[in-house]
Amino acid sequence: MIASVIDWLTDPAHWSGTDGIPSRIVEHLWASLLVVAIAAAIAIPLGVWVGHTGRGKWLVSAANALRAIPSLGLLFAVALWLGPRISNADIAFLLPAVIVLVILAIPPLLSGAYAGVEAVDPAARDAARGMGMSPMRVLREVELPCALPLILSGLRSATLQVVATWTIAAVLGVGGLGRYLLDGLASADYPQTAAGALLVAALAVLVDLVLAGVERGAVSPGLTDPTRAGKKPRREPVATTDPAGAPIGASASTQGREAS
Amino acid sequence: MTTSTPTRRTTRAVTLSLTLAGALALAACGGGSDPMASETSSSAAGSASASSSGSGGGGPVVVGSADFSESELLAEIYAGALKAKGVNASTKLGIGSREIYLKALEDGSITLVPEYTGALALYYDDGFTGTDPDTVYDAALSMAQSKGLTLLKRSAAEDNDSLVVTKETASKNSLTNLSSLKGKADKLTLAAPPEFKTRPQGVPGLEKTYEASFKSFRPLKGQALVQALKNGQVDVANIFSTDPSIAANGFVTLEDDKKLFGSQNVVPLVKQGALNAEGEAALDAVSKALTTDKLSALLKQVDVDKKDPSAVAKSFLGEAGLG
Amino acid sequence: MTWVSDHAGDIAALAWRHLLLAGIPLVLGLLIAIPIGWAASRRPRVATAIVTASGLLYTIPSLALFILMPLILGTKILDPVNVVAAMTVYTVALLVRTVVDGLRSVPDHVAQAATAMGYRPWRRLFAVELPLAVPVIAAGLRVAAVSNVSIVSVASLLGVSQLGDLLVDGYERNIPAELGAGILACLLLALALDVLIQVGARLLTPWRSAVRGAP
Repeated sequence: MIASVIDWLTDPAHWSGTDGIPSRIVEHLWASLLVVAIAAAIAIPLGVWVGHTGRGKWLVSAANALRAIPSLGLLFAVALWLGPRISNADIAFLLPAVIVLVILAIPPLLSGAYAGVEAVDPAARDAARGMGMSPMRVLREVELPCALPLILSGLRSATLQVVATWTIAAVLGVGGLGRYLLDGLASADYPQTAAGALLVAALAVLVDLVLAGVERGAVSPGLTDPTRAGKKPRREPVATTDPAGAPIGASASTQGREAS
Repeated sequence: MTTSTPTRRTTRAVTLSLTLAGALALAACGGGSDPMASETSSSAAGSASASSSGSGGGGPVVVGSADFSESELLAEIYAGALKAKGVNASTKLGIGSREIYLKALEDGSITLVPEYTGALALYYDDGFTGTDPDTVYDAALSMAQSKGLTLLKRSAAEDNDSLVVTKETASKNSLTNLSSLKGKADKLTLAAPPEFKTRPQGVPGLEKTYEASFKSFRPLKGQALVQALKNGQVDVANIFSTDPSIAANGFVTLEDDKKLFGSQNVVPLVKQGALNAEGEAALDAVSKALTTDKLSALLKQVDVDKKDPSAVAKSFLGEAGLG
Repeated sequence: MTWVSDHAGDIAALAWRHLLLAGIPLVLGLLIAIPIGWAASRRPRVATAIVTASGLLYTIPSLALFILMPLILGTKILDPVNVVAAMTVYTVALLVRTVVDGLRSVPDHVAQAATAMGYRPWRRLFAVELPLAVPVIAAGLRVAAVSNVSIVSVASLLGVSQLGDLLVDGYERNIPAELGAGILACLLLALALDVLIQVGARLLTPWRSAVRGAP
């Protein structure tokens, strides 16, 4: 059985054309990138604003509550509602999937940005203000760099969530690696299905490792210095990634509070 | 969820996870044959009361179905007719495509399934070219028998694959039959269930028989497929000829002038020896009572009026004096 | 809403299957995660490695893991065992970290006092550390429960039936009421599990409510 999966993966015919592995991977990554970019453009400024001003915290809880909706149901609901309203074929299939995935990507991004800014040491903020910095400068030069680890952690969670859920979005007829899984299931072609599953799993793990690298490279060394890490209460990552595109109810910051 | 990991430990962690992955792969080598082919499985396809003993065919009967509403409706009708004759029948609906339910039938997870003569013949022999209903039936019967299955009497009711377009698309491209797709298909998108793409009478058959290769293929099922055609998001759709949405939306069916889809009479496909004479008689009576128009009307109740297949089956059996 | 009242029996049956497919892995996952988390909490390096590895496991998309299970277990694709096994993997991946955090949340002086009173490691774990870690572990369990309920619905794409069937059928037959009922039923099930875990955690930690009142 393993052999037939390997045969499928190594068959040159599966590595070319519009439904070949390279173009499916490109479709998958391109869609994921688009979704994460849109979601980040919405959620990060919003989260930073909430963290900076302390207003609108309900937004974060509301976004987290959204996660309890099963992603499969959300995909179907939006497709059913939106599909008939769009005549352009490519957009009609793509847009519902993109909208749902943006909705799913927002909670981790929002929580990350919010928790990151909110957790900035008040002493650092006061010191910056005392040095005569304007509020915008405090935000740019103190709060954002300090919040970066949690913002990036939220970005990583969101991206993995999207890569995972785009697989399921194939039920709406869009491209990406999910096609191998669903088309293989429909024609009882297990080698194709399993090969697709392996490709998706490998892609997710790879994306995770790359983002972990980015996270490490981008964070100011002062924040990762282990001798100082113990000073602050440890804040665990903001959101668990969700394999199925499934919601995760409570954010880790809630857990932290419970624990204290 | 892995963010707080201190940097230096990661190499070790990756090594460990690679080891884990290796262990998984090793364990995987122990995993047996094709999980979708299930000849001698004891845990057959997760069905509850599956295995029908071949002894005299008096055992419990599981009526399976494919994952579209007509198949589920037919399965409910079969099961209802069997129960009326005192046969211990249950249903396992929505199993999936032909590729999947035939495997379930061969391994005994289900006892019988509503089938279509031509599709079955083509499934077993992708070079099959017969088109006459009796020729197709006889060929399908002998192929089924070689797999330990058999066909009961066929119904006059037929539900063929068909390609349909909207009126506008038909007039704009002057499409009347499948032959007229030649030279035009490459500007049109085709929507169909995913398995249509690789089936012999699907996309490959259209290319071979009609020289029609479409611009692109959009895998869709059920009402999503109908809606996509109705909204002009796809140009051509593979819909069953009994589908009430064809009449409801004024879709134009492209005539299968070279008989790619053959004859598709409704027929019960049964595991050999699994059904007793009473059961066979009950299903023969159902096949006799069904016509294409009747089937279409019943299907309308399910698809358009959104009634449950079981309720529609019950009222049909009652009216026909079979329930 | 007549759709719901006409199909109450079907929905209840699917909800029960859903509960089993999401709940059994929750229990199994907890039973597996506790010893792993305990071992890890005693050795920081192992903890880091295990937490990272479980994080990677958690990145594997659910549909992919369901499909790969037959390769590992030798099961059939329609076998619900695949779903239970995959969900257990996710639950363990999620809870190991929580158990580590929970055990670490036990103040050092408490653990030392227990040792000084002659508690051996295992007894200390069950009599002192685990009870004190209940709030943290319960928080993790709640996350896992909500997550499991949502992920299990995906199994309908493989033909393993539960509430997800309502989603698929509602979409394919264009019955918004059925789709809505499916979503709502999933939400209610998640909520029920969530409440159940909170109540359980409160019963296991009577001293907390005495001090803080209801959280």
